[in-house]
Amino acid sequence: MTNKLQTTLLGGCLAFGLGLTAQAYAEELRIGFVAPTTGIFAQVGKDMVDGFQLYLDQHGNKLGGADVKFIVEDEQGKPDTAVTKAKKLVLQDHVQMFIGGLLASSGYAMAPVSTQEKTLYISSVPAADDLTQRQLDKYPYFIRTGWSSSQPSHPLGQWACDQGYKKMVSIAADYAFGYEVAGGFQKAFEDCGGKIIQKIWPPLGTKDFGPYIPTIRQDADAIFSLMVGPMSLQFPKQLRGAGYKKPIIGGGTSYDEFALPFMGDEVIGDVSALHYSAAIQTPKNEAFVKAYRAKYGKVPSYYSENNYTTAQWIDEAMQKAGGKWPGPEQFIKIMQGMKIDAVRGPVSMDAERNPVQSIYIKKVEKKEMFGYDKPELWNTIIKTYPNVSQFWTYGKDKFLAQPVYSRDFPPCKYCE
Amino acid sequence: MISGQQIKILIVIAALAALALIVPHSGSFVILLATRAMAFAILAMSVDLLLGFTGLSSMGQAAYFGVGAYLTAVLATKLHFGLGWDFWLVVIMGILIGAALAAFFGLFAIRAGGVYFLMITLALGQCVWGLAYRWNSLTGGDNGINLNGRPNFGLDLGNEVTFFYLVFAFFAVSMALMYLLVRSPFGQSLAGIRERELRMQILGYNTWLHKYIAFIIAGGFGGLAGVLWAHTNGHVSPETVVLTTSVDSLLMVVLGGAGTLVGATIGTAIVFGLREYLSTLVPWWQYVLGGVYVLTILYLPMGLMGILTHIGQRFEFKSKSERMKKLATKPS
Repeated sequence: MTNKLQTTLLGGCLAFGLGLTAQAYAEELRIGFVAPTTGIFAQVGKDMVDGFQLYLDQHGNKLGGADVKFIVEDEQGKPDTAVTKAKKLVLQDHVQMFIGGLLASSGYAMAPVSTQEKTLYISSVPAADDLTQRQLDKYPYFIRTGWSSSQPSHPLGQWACDQGYKKMVSIAADYAFGYEVAGGFQKAFEDCGGKIIQKIWPPLGTKDFGPYIPTIRQDADAIFSLMVGPMSLQFPKQLRGAGYKKPIIGGGTSYDEFALPFMGDEVIGDVSALHYSAAIQTPKNEAFVKAYRAKYGKVPSYYSENNYTTAQWIDEAMQKAGGKWPGPEQFIKIMQGMKIDAVRGPVSMDAERNPVQSIYIKKVEKKEMFGYDKPELWNTIIKTYPNVSQFWTYGKDKFLAQPVYSRDFPPCKYCE
Repeated sequence: MISGQQIKILIVIAALAALALIVPHSGSFVILLATRAMAFAILAMSVDLLLGFTGLSSMGQAAYFGVGAYLTAVLATKLHFGLGWDFWLVVIMGILIGAALAAFFGLFAIRAGGVYFLMITLALGQCVWGLAYRWNSLTGGDNGINLNGRPNFGLDLGNEVTFFYLVFAFFAVSMALMYLLVRSPFGQSLAGIRERELRMQILGYNTWLHKYIAFIIAGGFGGLAGVLWAHTNGHVSPETVVLTTSVDSLLMVVLGGAGTLVGATIGTAIVFGLREYLSTLVPWWQYVLGGVYVLTILYLPMGLMGILTHIGQRFEFKSKSERMKKLATKPS
């Protein structure tokens, strides 16, 4: 006991002393980062951390002039653990903000921590729609730099309709994120005159689509798919293997750069929509892809870009605040009032603290990009919808009047 | 003259008192971890009641934990019930719903023994997980349910230290109750069933009923742990009910030493310490956790509590330790 007391006292003195000396030179910004660095999502977690770290490395570990203490905590892909780790960051490390979480469930679980502890929580990846929609009021210290699940789906639904597809089948992973992505697509597609004639919900983590493929209705013009992780690799392979010839379009995670390098040539020509593609033809993106690839040996995914941009956003907001931490409320106000020239393109923030950004309709092509000498699969951009908000063209009030997208909403009017 | 058993009780009481006195003066993160570990330890002890004292290895204990947690969350968010004095009603309801579910599941599970019992409880546990995952309108599906703050009935449980003491009280009382249970004639006959069920049947005991009741009681404690867990995290999701929760609780019991109650608690403390505290310090915490499991299974088949048995009572209780060794090597 005495020992412990002594250590604590000693530690306290040390911290106090260090704090004093540090104060004399520059403000220290303590940033907590919660990502799954072990477990089945460890590789995604690595992309998240790497994206943020790359920006820090490029800027001498300073954001807006303040020295950054970047503390990474492992959420293990579990919401319970994410809560514990977020609390650890706030209570023990006294961070000014915590960032991250991967799954929507982690985002949902950590948002109340920000309210309880009055600490800023920046959601760089978790996309659950309602965090910046119907439940916004509960989380005044929450802001999103990534995306909301249905945000890219609305333009994609419009695009599919513009291609002349009349009837489509939707096959999406059976969980909240799948409902929101597929729901957004169905809503926009049907509002434009298309018809979803069948909805199939394979469980999350399905690897054998044998039972589902034969049930897909043959009178559809195309398929909409929303796959995640290993599902993304298996579904197009098995569907094409079964002799299916019609077009496949998908939600962002069906073809994101995390899965793309492991896919076969059968996915060439498939179309998906997201707020980022590694194949965006801008000098800024080219520099980012090259730097990222040189350092980590792989093409950045949207997980990397989202966190890189988050770091950039904090950097520019801190500059506006004069290099001093202005407190969470003020910081959110600064972030909301900014336009960022990000790797993914121009981004701003709506009043509901969700980004307004370009949504890219992307087609998988095999080609050489950015001077790499081997033909690889890239998500070539075929159409850009600029300044897309989470409410698409519906307007906030009308959009929020409908329930959140779920398994049964929008209802499948044209299913038999 | 103080007997050996009384000394043990005194040691446990002293350890609990030390826990209650020291933890609140540590950092708030340690308080949070201790609270979580104690809530979970109630679940682990309920597993021990089955595994260590009745000889039933339940792989579905997360189900009762889950219904307790979901009951709390659903009542609090949909009906605003259980955030004041009615919190105590929720505690009782949580215990009852855990016990009721166990009473239902027990009808299927108790018919079997050994590995079949394990498979049936696993399957039933997964049914509850499936419900939590798919019954979107009630459980919020994969996203789970967020609770808005903890109960406040004069005592504000939003205060971490107050809440720590509440969970501590539940934990200590649960431990005492389970201890009294296993020392009672009923508990002795459970041990008899564990040792040799056939002999108990020949002696005229209704072993099915004994096991059934033990199963229900364990379910009740599981439900209580769930209620506390929901408020500890402020969040309930299918991840709470998932198979790994059941496996974790089983591993904690084996790690600490089955059939001791205290062992379940120690196992919980070690796993939580490694998984949630060590993981904040080093990235290779999983190797440590794995190493601890492997070394325990290899060298301490009776768990960490086995060390005590080894050194202190090697000679006096030779027959007992042999009996327990037999239990530990029994396939489960």
